[in-house]
Amino acid sequence: MRAVRAAETAATTHPWAIHADGLQVRAGRQLAVNGLDLALTTGVHGLLGPNGAGKTTLMRALATVLTPAGGRLTLLGRPVDGRAELRPVRRALGYLPQHFGFYPRFTVREFVGYMAWLKEMPKATIPAAVQRAVDRVGLTSRADARLKTLSGGMLRRAGIAQAIVNDPQILLLDEPTVGLDPEQRLDFRELLRDLGTDSCVLVSTHLVEDVAAACTDVVVINEGRLVWQGTPEGLTTQGDHSHAGDSPAERGYSAVLRRHRAEAAR
Amino acid sequence: MSTHPSPSHLHRYAAADPGLDEASVWAIEAHLEDCADCRARLAGSTTADTQALIDRVAASLDREIAATPVPAARSRSWSVLRHRWLVGTLSPWLAMTAAVLACAAALSSLRAGLPSLVLLIAPLAPLPGVAVAWHRRADPAWELIAATPAAGLTMLLRRTAAVLACVIPALALVGAGTGVSLALTLLPCLAFTAATLLLGTLVGVRRAATGLIATWALVVVAPSLAAARTPALLEPDSAGIWALATVLLTVTALFRVDGFRRLAHHD
Repeated sequence: MRAVRAAETAATTHPWAIHADGLQVRAGRQLAVNGLDLALTTGVHGLLGPNGAGKTTLMRALATVLTPAGGRLTLLGRPVDGRAELRPVRRALGYLPQHFGFYPRFTVREFVGYMAWLKEMPKATIPAAVQRAVDRVGLTSRADARLKTLSGGMLRRAGIAQAIVNDPQILLLDEPTVGLDPEQRLDFRELLRDLGTDSCVLVSTHLVEDVAAACTDVVVINEGRLVWQGTPEGLTTQGDHSHAGDSPAERGYSAVLRRHRAEAAR
Repeated sequence: MSTHPSPSHLHRYAAADPGLDEASVWAIEAHLEDCADCRARLAGSTTADTQALIDRVAASLDREIAATPVPAARSRSWSVLRHRWLVGTLSPWLAMTAAVLACAAALSSLRAGLPSLVLLIAPLAPLPGVAVAWHRRADPAWELIAATPAAGLTMLLRRTAAVLACVIPALALVGAGTGVSLALTLLPCLAFTAATLLLGTLVGVRRAATGLIATWALVVVAPSLAAARTPALLEPDSAGIWALATVLLTVTALFRVDGFRRLAHHD
């Protein structure tokens, strides 16, 4: 595989890392994302939505795995429409799918190294980049363990390591905290904040508290459309006192969804 | 991460204070494994005796390391190579192709009146392998790989090359064993592979391979077997046409396969 010159991987500045305008994406025969408008730049963006809201389909389209069925999507200033050359965008992407398959006989180091090779990183930089990614997710002591011997949480961390190995400009993490214990989740929030200083990180999750703690921006979608976008503090102010046991951010999220459903029913 | 041990606890631990109970020692050690800050504080708490011991051990280790030969670079893991070329996942398909070719060779030798089955199925031999080489169900890491720049064209060509590297020697071996023309065995095989990639840019590789297999079986194989006659397409004087078709299809496919670089519903 051709090694990539540094100039081709150099960071380029764009007003929006991710820009969607009336985006439509199919999941099977259904339009799971239907007319979504979204503009994201550097920072950590939490993607919230109920089951079936279209979060995973949106993440797949942003990862260039699914072709948009309509509307307009640009990543790092390049259109993603089924005709454009995607290699430059894909080199700058990091993606952790909700359910990611892996080769069980690979070690963590081999797996992350293999993904770095697929991302066309310059060969000489791969070993150091792999080590750095493995260290950042706290898997240093298990770097040479086979994937089949890892626990669910460790596998998830290996998945995060492969996503960040190329220092992506756009990092897409679909349910990254599933299987992580509370301590690991705290470490992960710290890692997210660190990654969000110079990348556009989009984290899809059901855990509103993770979003409130680690994200600079919250995106709520429902039925394939954007229903609310703002800061975590802004989300907390949306809530009322109807669910006393929930956190303020959870109350805000529930209120946003209730309001959207009521408007849709009218 | 657990609470940091107090400076006095760390100092007592560094001094190997016998008054420090076993549970506390264990907790401090477990914490030190994960906490670089406390390891740094511990380094500052060591007594002169301990520091002397550490220096002696470090010097001894340096001597041992200097005396030990540099370990040989580890050869690239077989599993990494295997998955770069997807040989592992393709194995059942390649084994099936080899078994079908062997059966064709056996039948051809048993039923002398029939046209050579090896000749008839040679064009189709690589197609099942090519069809699964870049298909989401064949590769567990498909979704991860699909989001990388190597997805599509690069993967397809590498894996097609891997299939041909396995199928062509098998075909040549079976062809030589049954006495059929090597050119008429291998050229249609390459032409059909190129045609699969070319059609694959339009309808997907799996559909293209399935369509070509079905068409060839219905239009050429079945009538030839029914008439017990070698089709004109595979007569010895058609080798030139197959060579031309192979070159044309390969060149066109190489121009068109650029489509695999882009997003495709049929990846």
